[in-house]
Parts: sequence; C-alpha cells; structure tokens
Amino acid sequence: MATMRDIKRRKTSIQSTQQITKAMKLVSTVKLQKARTRAEESKPYFNHMYETVSSMLGKSENITHPYLTGGDSKKKAIVTITSNRGLAGGYNSNISKLIMNSGFSKEDVIIYAVGTKGRDFLSGKGYYVKEDYSDVINSPQYSDAKTICDTIIQSFAAGEIGEIYLAYTSFKNTVSQEAKLIKLLPVEIEPKKKDSSEKSVPMNYEPNEQEALDMIIPKYITSLFFGAMVESVASENGARMQAMDSATSNAEAMIDDLSLKYNRARQGSITQELTEIIAGAEAIS
Amino acid sequence: MAEENKSFEVEIICPDRVFYTGKAVFLEMNTVEGRMGIYKNHIPLTSVLAPGIVRITEEGGMRKAAVHAGFVEILQDKVTMLAEIAEWPQEIDLARAEEARNRAESRIEEKSDQIDMARAELALRKSLVRINLANQ
Repeated sequence: MATMRDIKRRKTSIQSTQQITKAMKLVSTVKLQKARTRAEESKPYFNHMYETVSSMLGKSENITHPYLTGGDSKKKAIVTITSNRGLAGGYNSNISKLIMNSGFSKEDVIIYAVGTKGRDFLSGKGYYVKEDYSDVINSPQYSDAKTICDTIIQSFAAGEIGEIYLAYTSFKNTVSQEAKLIKLLPVEIEPKKKDSSEKSVPMNYEPNEQEALDMIIPKYITSLFFGAMVESVASENGARMQAMDSATSNAEAMIDDLSLKYNRARQGSITQELTEIIAGAEAIS
Repeated sequence: MAEENKSFEVEIICPDRVFYTGKAVFLEMNTVEGRMGIYKNHIPLTSVLAPGIVRITEEGGMRKAAVHAGFVEILQDKVTMLAEIAEWPQEIDLARAEEARNRAESRIEEKSDQIDMARAELALRKSLVRINLANQ
C-alpha cells in the first residue's frame, strides 16, 4: 500500500496540472470567441464570391480555361492547415490522417504547410514539404492568404502541379469540428442552374470573360483559403477547449480518488498507532 | 418619372468585414478599364476593380472610400463590390502611405527586374490613392 506521503505528493502534482489545464481552457474559450467572430465576419465575402463565380460559370458554359480543366502534371499540391501548438485533442492528427488516407501516392504530393504540427508530422512520414508558412496561422490576414495563393497558382500556371487541394478543419460548432479535404483547382463549382421563372439578363464582362475569369478565379481561391484559415483557427481553439475541459474533469476524478485513498491511509495509520499504544499499555499493567 | 425611386442598393464587402451597405443614387469607381459611373438600371456587368477612390452618392450626401483590388458585380438595382482592401478616409494612416509611396518610387527608379516593377507600380498606385483620399 502506498504511503501517505506518496499519495499526497501525487495529489499535489495532479492539482497543479489541473490548474494549468483549467487556465488553458479559459484562454482558448476567449480565443475561440474571437476566432468565431472573425470566421463569421468573413462568411459574407466568401458567399458572394461563390455566388458570383458559380453564376459566371453558369452563364458561360463553353469556356475552356486552364483553371477549369486542370493541368497535365500528375503532381498534386496540398495546402495543410494545422496549428503551431499541440494539446488540441485530435485537431492536428485528424488533418494528418486525412492526408495519409487520401489515396494519393506520396511521390505525387507536394505539401504547402501552414502550421508546424502538420509540417513536422508529414515530413516525418516522408512527404515532400515544399513551402512552410507556419507563422501565418497565428493571426491569419487576407494579405498573407493572397501571397500564399499567388505562389501556388503560379506553380499551377507554370505546369509544375496539376491539381491543388486544401486540407483544413471546418468549424461546425464549439463541440464538433471536421477535417476536410477540398479541391481548389481545377475549380469544381456546380454552375448555377438557369432559373426559368427569373428573366435572365445576360451578364456582361469587362474586360472579356476569359480575362475576367483569369482575375476572378485566383480571388475566389484566395477567399476560400482565407475562409479556411480563419475557420481552422476557430476549430483549433474549439478542439483545445474541449480537450482541456476533459483533462480538467479527468484530473478532478483522479484527485477525488486519491483523496479517498489518502484518507483511508491516514485512518489506517491512526488505527495502527492506537492498537500499538493500547498493546503497550496492557503489557506494562 | 420624376417621383420614381432612383436609388439602388450598394454593398461593399471585404474579406474580414462588411464594409458598407446602403442605398445610393450614384456610384463612381475605378475599374481596370477606366473610371465608371453607375446610375440605377445599369446593364448587368461584372468588372475588375483597380485601386481608386469610390464615391458613393447617397440621398443625403457623398461618402468616399479607398478601394484596392477586387471586383464589382452590377445588377439593375444592386451593386456588389468584393474588395480585397477598403478603407474610409479616417482609417488611412497617412504617414504609412507616404512611406510606401517613397519606397515604391525608389524601387521604380532602381529598375531591378520585371516582376518587381509591376509590384512597385501597384504599390505606388495604392499609396497615391490613399494619400489623395486622406488629403481631401
């Protein structure tokens, strides 16, 4: 049986761990609120962007554009959004698992990493990590998203890569986040069906459609990527909050258990001392 | 005709916020094809924006904003601008814009390589738009 001192030492150690997890939970709750507002604020931009692009594609069906058909190269670029810090439950490993199970062969995949956790894991598994933009995820800015997308789209235009994917964690609500792998390029948007009731006025483009697509598709991708970044940050904090919450309650349960054991041990030792004293007294008399 | 409502909806949306929503009677902006003015019942048009000052004439007065890059979708009674960066005059940091202008100018004078030139020119245009608007 463990001695009283051992149990007490263990209990104190767990108590201090609990204090840390509690504090981390509070911090990520606050961060989550902020990240969530940001994610919500970036929604209208993306929604409008999606609408515009899908209606553009709906109205111009016979357009063949490299952005819509894809490149010849077999290489696939995957942009992975993970966090720079751990202790966020399955947040980072879900993204890594998603890429491992995506069915792409390792040789064909080029990783553009945003977030050190995903970068380290994937490069450890033998994936080729071409670029690392891990600093960006600390506070995602639209200008950062633009720089990254421009680089990737340039390699796409140069024929170095044939397809571009994005791995991120979508934020459903505080308790549920889902790792997702979506295709950025070639663009796969359901062209908006022509509504027969709506009188359709043909849309004009200035400059011409080809050039407008040339300029708008990169913006669409950037907005998608930016949205994914802010959503991932919200998910990260949501995941961490949950992980820390359960860690705190686990610590609570362990402390309860140890307190019980400690009290039993204490009582046991008192009883033993008493019996010894009584036995001693009887021996004298 | 005179009593007819001449205003149309205007929305300017940035990646991180909804910048402006309201009703305007006249809207002026800078596109890659040149400056453009819009009244109600404009033909449907999608155009790409160039750095410039957007003037929104509301019934009560005029508002100005600096808008850099993005595109605009014009429908008969609604104009939606998706701007990558948009700022009200009071949000502009004049000192920073002037610094950016000087930097861009010196870069253009150096004439290094081509990509740098295009970027420097764009930066110069952006900073000039900001300075213009802030000084108005």
